[in-house]
Amino acid sequence: MRLVRVLLVLAVLFIIACVGFIAATWKSEIPRIARPDPASFDPEIVKHGAQLAAVGNCIACHTVPGDKAFAGGLPVPTPFGTIYSTNITPDEQTGIGTWSEDAFRRAMREGTDRDGNHLYPAFPYDHFTLVSDDDDRALYAYLMTRQPVEATAPRNALIFPLNIRPLVAAWDLLFLNEGPYQPDPAQSEEWNRGAYLAEGLGHCGACHTPRNPLGAERRAHAFGGGEAEGWVAYAINSQSPAPIPWNQESLAFYLRHGFHQEHGVSRGPMAEVTGNLAGLPDQDVAAIATYVASLMGPTSPERLLQSEEHRTKVRDGELAISASSDSQAVPSSGPDRGAAIYRAACATCHESRRPLPFGGLPFDLSTAVNAPNPQNIINVVMFGLPPADGALSAVMPAFGGSLSDADVVALLQHLRRTFTKQADWTGLEGQVADTRSGAHAVRVRPADGIERGPANVGSVE
Amino acid sequence: MAIKLNVNGTEQTIDSDPETPLLYVLRNDLKLNAAKFGCGLGQCGACTVMVDGKPVLSCVTPILLMEGRQVTTVEGLGTIDQPGPMQQAFIAEQSAQCGYCIPGMMMRAQALLQDNPQANDREIRQALEFNLCRCGTHMRILRAIHRARDLMQQTNADANGRAG
Repeated sequence: MRLVRVLLVLAVLFIIACVGFIAATWKSEIPRIARPDPASFDPEIVKHGAQLAAVGNCIACHTVPGDKAFAGGLPVPTPFGTIYSTNITPDEQTGIGTWSEDAFRRAMREGTDRDGNHLYPAFPYDHFTLVSDDDDRALYAYLMTRQPVEATAPRNALIFPLNIRPLVAAWDLLFLNEGPYQPDPAQSEEWNRGAYLAEGLGHCGACHTPRNPLGAERRAHAFGGGEAEGWVAYAINSQSPAPIPWNQESLAFYLRHGFHQEHGVSRGPMAEVTGNLAGLPDQDVAAIATYVASLMGPTSPERLLQSEEHRTKVRDGELAISASSDSQAVPSSGPDRGAAIYRAACATCHESRRPLPFGGLPFDLSTAVNAPNPQNIINVVMFGLPPADGALSAVMPAFGGSLSDADVVALLQHLRRTFTKQADWTGLEGQVADTRSGAHAVRVRPADGIERGPANVGSVE
Repeated sequence: MAIKLNVNGTEQTIDSDPETPLLYVLRNDLKLNAAKFGCGLGQCGACTVMVDGKPVLSCVTPILLMEGRQVTTVEGLGTIDQPGPMQQAFIAEQSAQCGYCIPGMMMRAQALLQDNPQANDREIRQALEFNLCRCGTHMRILRAIHRARDLMQQTNADANGRAG
């Protein structure tokens, strides 16, 4: 009997604790407003908001490729189920047309919608919380002056108990450090500007920082490398696998133009990022580069020496393409087969010494071939780089149709052994097979494909 | 090095340097001149053929990869007397101006429609993104592919009707 009483007391205490927690984290509704007249917003502020929306890459998640911008409905796969992005056009019924600026700012800073519901952190409010009131005002002005689109996103399909929204409050308690951004007085103004953009609206860490089992970024491993849409987001701290170390100048060029002579072209989800950053003032891009370069830290003399070796080899080294191909018999697998494939299919572009972005990157400089995980080079070999629509862009043919899985493995083994000092990748066969079958889903779209490219040319979604 | 492959339904044995592009084998050894040499770098699409039903750029496809594979070129889509639906559609729409890109366009479209018989305009445009045409017959090419899609569906429906 006594046990029953103890359990009863515990149960009551638990319920009180739950009710108390919900009460403490309760968010009230912010009243609806009539949709503001688009003409009531200052065009200069709207223009500033457009640039900020580009930094935030809002369009990438809030648009189904090929459909109306910002209308939501894009499935965002997470380890906990699928979340569908919401409609952030100013439609009064299905979008944010009845949200006041206060409601919008609260969503950005606290991750709560106008009704007071907790939003899921697939919406990166753990970053957006850092955005200043002024910038939230500009973003609001930009979104409220877009074309309203009537569109309701499908219901989220999350596993129990994560489908219970109030539980997100517990996540917030653990992982949300509410902003806005506080400058570090020990750092320069440019550094602080870069940190504000990169840590806040830019949410670089959402892809480039590994996540814990609860889906939150592991702050202790900030920028240590993550994953997005079937691609590896490389480490952009001191662990960066780039053969030539990045610096402020090369980062600024890459972020502005989407390629760099000594690093290659952006692709996968990063192509959307660099595409968006093209609309930003130079000083903001430079500030982001300053901040990211500081994360990478100073380059060791040893790495500098290695990078000089890479440069010399690329400039003066013997080309595989001019070596006599004395290969009357090519084995059916292994690095020798890979070498033959490389000479016949890859070297024409990748050893052309034609400058990027239209020439191929020499593999001595390839981060993808140096990286601990071969996923990105697998994706590029199989699916290529699709061209942009009606504009000059980097382009690479997809080789998935001509190379068998064994051929891809042989080729990548050859690249790894010939152009890097790294050990062979393990598990390459399985990764190649899973990429082809779609067990590992990869999204591949043209660099300008956020609104345009309707279909994924990568593996099945 | 002898490589065995199937081209347009016929078994072929090719004895050449294994790094020879498939395009050269098709044009020089097998006298199949539909696929064209455009850029030689896999950037223009004029050399597109189908390999096991997938569009492949034959100028950057060494023959060593083709052991046991099924290659289809425009010659495999029909004959002058009995053109296949894709060929009929391109003739009916008069889609060729200089004609150099057309075989690549046809093979890319054929691969798309075999994979996705209901392909809509958006999907057709995206599939053909890689293939360049310098004359500007894009709208006729698109019309021809729509027509080919409808012809193929009609043919399938008729065949099913007869079988039923």
